[in-house]
Amino acid sequence: MSEQPILIRGARLIDPVAGTDSTGDLLLADGRIAAAGKVDGVPADARVIEAKGLVAAPGFIDLHTHLREPGFEDKESIATGAAAGARGGFTTLCSMPNTNPATDTGAVAAFIRAQAATAGPVRVLPFGAVTRGRAGKELTDMEELARAGVVGFTDDGAPVATPGLMRSALAYAAQLGLFVSDHCEDYALTRGLGIHDGWVADRLGLAGYPSAAEANIVARDIAAAEETGAHLHIAHISTAAAVALVRAAQERGLRVTAEATPHHLTLTEEWVLGTHGHSAPGDALEPGAYDTRAKVSPPLRSHADRAAVAQALADGVIAAVATDHAPHTYGDKAVPFDEASVGISVLETALGSVLGLVSAGALTLPALVHRLTAGPASVLGPAYEAYATLAAGTPADIVLFNPSEEWTVDPAAFASKGRNTPLDGDALTGRVLLTIAGGRIAHDGLTQTTPRSR
Amino acid sequence: MITGAPALPTDMPADALGHRRHILDLDDFSRAELAGVLTTAQAMRQVLNRDIKKVPSLRGKVVVTLFLEASTRTRVSFEQAGKMLSADVINISGSGSSAEKGESLLNTALTLQAMHADLLIIRSPHSGAPYFLARNLPHTGVVNAGDGRHAHPTQALLDLLTMRDHLGDLAGKRIVIVGDVLHSRVARSDIHGLGLEGAQVVLSGPPTLMPPPWAALPTHVSIEPELDAAVEGTDVVMALRIQKERMEGGMLPSMREYSRRWGVTEARMARAKPGALLMHPGPMNEGLEIASSLAHDPRSQIEEQVTNGVAVRMAVLYQLLTGATNGVNA
Amino acid sequence: MPNERQLMSADDMRRVVSRIAHQILERNQGAANLVLLGLQRRGVPLAERVAAAIREFEGTDVPVGALDINLYRDDLTSRPQPLVRPTQLPVSVDGRVVVLVDDVFYTGRTARAALNALMDLGRPEQVQLAVMVDRGHRELPIRADYVGKNVPTSLTQEIQVRVSEFDGKEEVGLVEHERTVLA
Repeated sequence: MSEQPILIRGARLIDPVAGTDSTGDLLLADGRIAAAGKVDGVPADARVIEAKGLVAAPGFIDLHTHLREPGFEDKESIATGAAAGARGGFTTLCSMPNTNPATDTGAVAAFIRAQAATAGPVRVLPFGAVTRGRAGKELTDMEELARAGVVGFTDDGAPVATPGLMRSALAYAAQLGLFVSDHCEDYALTRGLGIHDGWVADRLGLAGYPSAAEANIVARDIAAAEETGAHLHIAHISTAAAVALVRAAQERGLRVTAEATPHHLTLTEEWVLGTHGHSAPGDALEPGAYDTRAKVSPPLRSHADRAAVAQALADGVIAAVATDHAPHTYGDKAVPFDEASVGISVLETALGSVLGLVSAGALTLPALVHRLTAGPASVLGPAYEAYATLAAGTPADIVLFNPSEEWTVDPAAFASKGRNTPLDGDALTGRVLLTIAGGRIAHDGLTQTTPRSR
Repeated sequence: MITGAPALPTDMPADALGHRRHILDLDDFSRAELAGVLTTAQAMRQVLNRDIKKVPSLRGKVVVTLFLEASTRTRVSFEQAGKMLSADVINISGSGSSAEKGESLLNTALTLQAMHADLLIIRSPHSGAPYFLARNLPHTGVVNAGDGRHAHPTQALLDLLTMRDHLGDLAGKRIVIVGDVLHSRVARSDIHGLGLEGAQVVLSGPPTLMPPPWAALPTHVSIEPELDAAVEGTDVVMALRIQKERMEGGMLPSMREYSRRWGVTEARMARAKPGALLMHPGPMNEGLEIASSLAHDPRSQIEEQVTNGVAVRMAVLYQLLTGATNGVNA
Repeated sequence: MPNERQLMSADDMRRVVSRIAHQILERNQGAANLVLLGLQRRGVPLAERVAAAIREFEGTDVPVGALDINLYRDDLTSRPQPLVRPTQLPVSVDGRVVVLVDDVFYTGRTARAALNALMDLGRPEQVQLAVMVDRGHRELPIRADYVGKNVPTSLTQEIQVRVSEFDGKEEVGLVEHERTVLA
């Protein structure tokens, strides 16, 4: 079946691989980019989209998505997660292995790919677990997982349990040409989950998750990466201390990459107070305090940490914006803070959140697009560069967004089953209008005249 | 003149008790509202001293105590307060309740609301549980009877009442709180209340049990690690209970070392102002945070605190369950 | 804007207190078994004034106390909650003649609450009621034994008895409001 050709006319074309940023046209046909820039010979049956003032870029690649299937389909399914990704401009989602059963065999990885194939055009690339059942005891059959198409290994949700396991996992992964991503948390230091060990935790009487808990494991992992020569990836980096360690490792020439989430790039610990960040020490608590929607692991950190993470994203020390999209049910969050699940539903707000960094002057729009496309592609490997460019002949994974459209976050209108976001009711600037994966339309916000009703 | 009447502020505004539905902590109290509650508590104390210990103010009101953590003293104190004001008091405790059978706290609370409970008094091991209920219960008021290590506002009110009885105006008074401040909900609420009263608070104890360096301490609070220095010329010494499990967590050296450095002793009380008060939220580890000889000393206000506990809880119930809530008044 | 006119001056009030003191002594054949209980708040200084007058006439000290009726009100959920003030009994009321003293006598609901409050405190031999102003509009079958001044009023009017302890001056005013006010 051949899709209708699409001509996007007069858009701002940002190609992070080519390093270009210019106004022009983009023609998509037969699942590929037919031409970019100046387009001649538009097919008669092409759908023409006038895109003046809009940005056309390669579709976003998310290195860190919890799709919850198999096992937790009440939180999310591959289909709803893929739809949420499409609405957020993502054409590739790397799914986390903390499913049930864990993605620790080739069969589970194959199941995820099969489900994704029926769910729509968005590409889903599974991660495999490092340890069997993510139990932190024995390594999985990593080669079997690699053959089943996993893009990397992680025990996310938990750190790789011991320094020994980490060393072994890195050695195996290197041999397979893959990498290990780690959720860096020193359990000996994290008594409480989901809140930074800072002034807000103290104010609320909650046990916090200290910065050192992240830095300890990042340091441990970097030492293992240095010894094995393997590719280590630091998931959802959140602290200035860990950023400094990664920066130093990169300066030593180690293959250490990192990702940061939109929330760690834009929000701080104050969000747990339930006032959308507008609280200062000395303010009385509002009934909205202990906002479980802002409970996430690693936690929202201090202003200094947030600034250091944003700076590292601008510098390129952090290669990728990754969502750590973690959908949960209402009931998972409608409990006291201590008992609530960690995580935020991010896919549909990611672009609007991180565009705030551009308007704040932290980095340029092309640089930001790079961190959403070519950056994560480079973490996955050279083969993925084709999905992060507008070059003719590459797969037609495209996002078209309006960088200045303001909209209000309404979780009830999410495609994701997870409505757990602290941004509920906030205004964001920057909206995805069209997402195309492999030449097929994954999300079309252009023909929708009104947002879908509640 | 009438004899024996406690001094009452004469400038108390008619709506001194405010229009609140919940008491979650003292941090959102105004100075006037705090004075109003304490004044009401003084009046309530008289009801306690009568032969007929009951007034009809809360006839037909339903008060539920939901205690998800053991605490006979606080629960009984609320129950007695409610009964003296003629409210119907229903007690639900953690053991045997639906809460223990895995029903969520929210469902339990919504069920109680549907049964037309007017007020839910909650004790929870989880910091913030009362805030969670307050934002999810549109028709039932919530009183925090202690949440995790966060707050215990009625305990702070009774501490303030006890201090006022003995010291009068607390403005400029020095209150030393010694011990496990980090895990103490009582200390946190006391700090808010004492700030409203204009008192100075000095915290003393091991570094692992003090607010961390990044804590946003209010300006009326300071830390003095050495207890001998902290108690010098102080008006009140409040010793907090040391949980023995802190030693296992590696947060403390031995009990002997704790007692030597931060135990309240005769010698240390001698450094305080003559007539200084010694307080303890109870239950005490005699010989650990407080010398046995002091625990039963006349300077110790520990029994009086219990009586004041009922009086302030009566005042709180009266404050929350009477008064028009729609604000249509002349 | 409400406007106000004076009904009684400080001198008028002093004369009324003297008359009520005489009437109490006459009716009870002396001051032997009396207790005066002022209703919080303005009834308390008025009770003290009556006691002072009795002391002047008879040379007898009549015990004076304060009674707070707020915990016994029947309208606790339909108005801003009143501040509860102390009840002070100088002696036991058992077997005594208790004279309740209040500033304004209106619906009778305050007097009803006062009677309930008093009965919880003991068993007086007799209870009498003295008021500075009776403005009418009774809603309960209760009458006063001693009345300083009868003032027919409408529901949009308010009587304000001022005493020096709380108000800095002594007078009784009649305030006109634009609509009905709660007592």
